[in-house]
Amino acid sequence: MKEQSIKDKAHQDFLASNADFEVRSLDAVCFNESELRHPWWYNFKYLLTGILFGILLIKAEVISWFRIQEMFRLQSFHMYGVIGSAVVTGVISVWLIRRFNIRTIYGEPIVFVTRKLNKGNIIGGLLFGAGWALTGACPGPLFAQLGTGATATIITLLAAFAGTWCYGWQREKLPH
Amino acid sequence: MVDCFNFAQETKTVIHLQLSLMLEWLRQPWPWYVAGPLIGLMVPALLLIGNKSFGISSSLRHLCAACIPSGISFFQYDWKKESWNLFLVAGILLGGIITGIWLLSPAPVQVNPALAKELAAYGIQDYRSLVPAELFNWETLFTAKGLLLMLGGGFLVGFGTRYAGGCTSGHSIMGLSTLQWPSLVATICFMAGGFLVANWVLPFILKL
Repeated sequence: MKEQSIKDKAHQDFLASNADFEVRSLDAVCFNESELRHPWWYNFKYLLTGILFGILLIKAEVISWFRIQEMFRLQSFHMYGVIGSAVVTGVISVWLIRRFNIRTIYGEPIVFVTRKLNKGNIIGGLLFGAGWALTGACPGPLFAQLGTGATATIITLLAAFAGTWCYGWQREKLPH
Repeated sequence: MVDCFNFAQETKTVIHLQLSLMLEWLRQPWPWYVAGPLIGLMVPALLLIGNKSFGISSSLRHLCAACIPSGISFFQYDWKKESWNLFLVAGILLGGIITGIWLLSPAPVQVNPALAKELAAYGIQDYRSLVPAELFNWETLFTAKGLLLMLGGGFLVGFGTRYAGGCTSGHSIMGLSTLQWPSLVATICFMAGGFLVANWVLPFILKL
């Protein structure tokens, strides 16, 4: 019984220190949890967004292994142009949303979450960069590469899945 | 009556021509100044349609949580609350299929001649696909080179992104858009890791 409560406590602490920049529902204070409850098929809007993003990734050639090699050898401006102009567009959009208190299409206020720096941002970042140079793909492109019919890339995707699982498994032992 | 028929025929031809021109334009690789801002618009699009922060790599975590949580605390959470993310990546996969069928440029990707020369030395000359056909196929998977590139590289992508708390979309685009400096640190580390490996490690692997 006591062991269980210690485990629960550890789990609560873990949730309270959510260091995942992409996962919001784990935040300890669920101030950003939507009050809205939508049926599951509302998620199809994200499927559509994903389709458009997939097309975009391929047409921009940002998921081409060759383009990634050019980028890391400073042989082409293309990738820097894409990422740079995407960031500028994002910064302006977020500024506009904040400045004019723009709400979601359901009228909810838009919430931004900030996180603290941890060692993982550095070590994990270096490891991911290494993987990016080898595979020519970050996680989004992994799905798109597979879609275009390069069937062997399913191995890359499964390996990434295994990598994420191993991180979760060994997380407590890693410096953060 | 005949005139009317001719007019209809002509209009049809014009529309047909315009559609094929548009398709032709879509098939070309898009320049960075078109593609970049469109990718950046993913940030407000996801915020506006559902208060979601842009990020792809977490989908791998949700898949682990859904399929093989194995009692690991990192995977003990309600992944269904994040299921939107799985719809997003399913869309990316579909987008890849759609592009592969209708929108793929028939011309090989144009790269810097210096890179082409370097890669030719390792026997890489096929530029038709997104990945070099000589490296990413089922036969090379069972060689040291293929294992390191596909299995090793993929593992590092999955492990590294979650350790870093995000990937190119989560940190470099969403994180930088919201001016978070941990995301800047992460982005610099992505680039540093990539530089080191592409220039000083990859040549040894390609020689295998």
